[in-house]
Amino acid sequence: MKFPFRLEKAPPPSMLRRALLPVRALVATFLAGAIPVMAAGANPLQAYYTMGVGALGDMIAIAEVFVRAAPLMLTGLAISIAFRAKFWNIGAEGQLYAGAILGTLIAINFPELPPWIHIPFMIAAGMLGGALCALPGILKIKLKIGDVVTTLMLNFIMVIFTSYLVQNVLKDPFTRWPQSPPITDTATYPILIPFTRFHLGIVIALFAALVVGYGLIEYTALGYEIKAVGSNEVAARLAGINPTALTIKTAIISGSFAGLAGVGEVAGIRHHLIATLSPVPIGYGLTGVVIAVMSGLSPLWVVVVAFLFSIIINGSQTMSRLTGVPIFLSEIFQGLALGFSLLFLFLDMYRIRRVR
Amino acid sequence: MQAELLGLGFVIAMAAASIRIATSLMYATLGEMITERSGILNLGIEGVMILGAMTAFITTYATHSLELGVLATILAGLAEGVVMSFVYGRIGSNQHVWGVAFTIANFGLAYYIYRLYFGGTAGIMSTIIPYSPVRIPLLADIPVLGPILFEQYAYTYVAIILFVIFAFVFKYTIWGLIITVVGDNPMAADTAGINVYRTRYIAVTLGAIFMALGGSFLSIAQFNAFLFEIVAGRGWIAIALVTIGNWKPMRCLLAAILFGFIDALQLRLQALGISQFTLAGTAITIPFQLFLALPYILTIVFLLMSSRTADYPTALLTPYRREE
Repeated sequence: MKFPFRLEKAPPPSMLRRALLPVRALVATFLAGAIPVMAAGANPLQAYYTMGVGALGDMIAIAEVFVRAAPLMLTGLAISIAFRAKFWNIGAEGQLYAGAILGTLIAINFPELPPWIHIPFMIAAGMLGGALCALPGILKIKLKIGDVVTTLMLNFIMVIFTSYLVQNVLKDPFTRWPQSPPITDTATYPILIPFTRFHLGIVIALFAALVVGYGLIEYTALGYEIKAVGSNEVAARLAGINPTALTIKTAIISGSFAGLAGVGEVAGIRHHLIATLSPVPIGYGLTGVVIAVMSGLSPLWVVVVAFLFSIIINGSQTMSRLTGVPIFLSEIFQGLALGFSLLFLFLDMYRIRRVR
Repeated sequence: MQAELLGLGFVIAMAAASIRIATSLMYATLGEMITERSGILNLGIEGVMILGAMTAFITTYATHSLELGVLATILAGLAEGVVMSFVYGRIGSNQHVWGVAFTIANFGLAYYIYRLYFGGTAGIMSTIIPYSPVRIPLLADIPVLGPILFEQYAYTYVAIILFVIFAFVFKYTIWGLIITVVGDNPMAADTAGINVYRTRYIAVTLGAIFMALGGSFLSIAQFNAFLFEIVAGRGWIAIALVTIGNWKPMRCLLAAILFGFIDALQLRLQALGISQFTLAGTAITIPFQLFLALPYILTIVFLLMSSRTADYPTALLTPYRREE
């Protein structure tokens, strides 16, 4: 049997078409997502409406959307930068925990430091933790599957290691719970909007994505190299870009952003280290992959898409309560969004021709 | 004398438990190994296992037939495999990212369907009467080996037989050679007249069926319910085991049993509250988390140490398109 279709390289898609990838993927996801909603006996429009109302219904809910979006933005950013350079970092989850661990170590000590020193010190430690956790991925240089498998495995190693720490050496002696002692006031991200959980980390995440991430990709020599490798590896090498050095730099930058997400969860929300900083089993690291790919690996879109998934994840609780649609619709949406994004990226690159 | 017998009894119980606990990993590892040998890394394995566990459980719950549960699992794995083989085989690029999509979507789908079927009664745990171990007459009477090897689940016997079959297939048959060539050098395979796409379709689909079966063992044999977090990362461990097993069937089987043993040991030590060992006069504290993390740690160590000698399929992660 011959396959009746054939693929041909198509001319590169227009800028507009590429820029609208998140919108196209979103529309497709909501359309396809209507099938499970209807299977649950609910009206899709009503379900989506309650989702939106649940996530954005009042000030506190809106603040919670920002709270959830912060780690998603950072893992999404971390993965975007890595994927741009063809460094396949599947390990943002592990890097998040590594950042949380080192950040916590600084944050539970040094109570005499003023906050304007303590907080940057903690952030630096967290970013270092994330970077260190991403570095083994440079095994990619020697082995093609090195980055994928190593960063994937480190996810589980770091979660298990965190669980060990909070049950043993880092356990708070004054509580039964598996958690570290509370961080000092001087290391706590201040609350910026009273009576909500809107904390400094949200502003830091927005700054990281919109200024640091965007600036790095668009306006630095390193960003130029990353983009060059991303569009054509062979040409980049011929142009004198050292792939080994670039992989190492990318791993460090990508891991740092994921580590920053971990610091934010500890310093902004939990105020101590726990082994469940991120949802189980589809944590911020995996959702970060969804966000990065759906954003077309662009830091600006990452921010928008992170808010979108923050709304979907937060709103699905209200939707579930009001319409009876199971809460797991939010994971189905994440999977669909990633699948559609990949499909559209592929269809934009190739043309399907019928073979006669 | 009595202490000695107790010691032997413990060893037998541990060995039998290791093989029993390893069963789910055996199917998953076999499925992932076959898939990877054809040049495709299927990161969707965790999701397929969750889907398999759910399908087997609900079918058995509804029909009161474990056999129909297994049949439904195979069909679910087949359906999943057809979709995956099209995506991995035809689209190919970003297959590891597609795998993440499959895992997330299947996780959501499996728990979504489960919730729909059983309603919002999340607190009430529905159960079934699961498979029980099958004692093989005569063979089970062999001292020591009998209770270890021949008082296992039917699932377990089938898994071990499948490994033997695939060891033979990969070593001595043309089919094994075809899959290996496609995984190492698809272009050469195509030139030699091998249908690369069809080979990959078959490998991915067969792999997905085994992954689904690995999940179903958990819900209708090892446990009797579809718990939250029932698969608990066994799919990811299987990816680790394929690497540690160096993409060779019998080594993968041994790796799976070894981690069944580590898991059994870890559970036993946790139950007994033991975390201290005396080695050469010094007390050493080994936290049980170290056992949990061992497969992942060993995978990285293995890749670091043998990055040059590892027998991984050369075309792993590389899409093949005839047109280009």
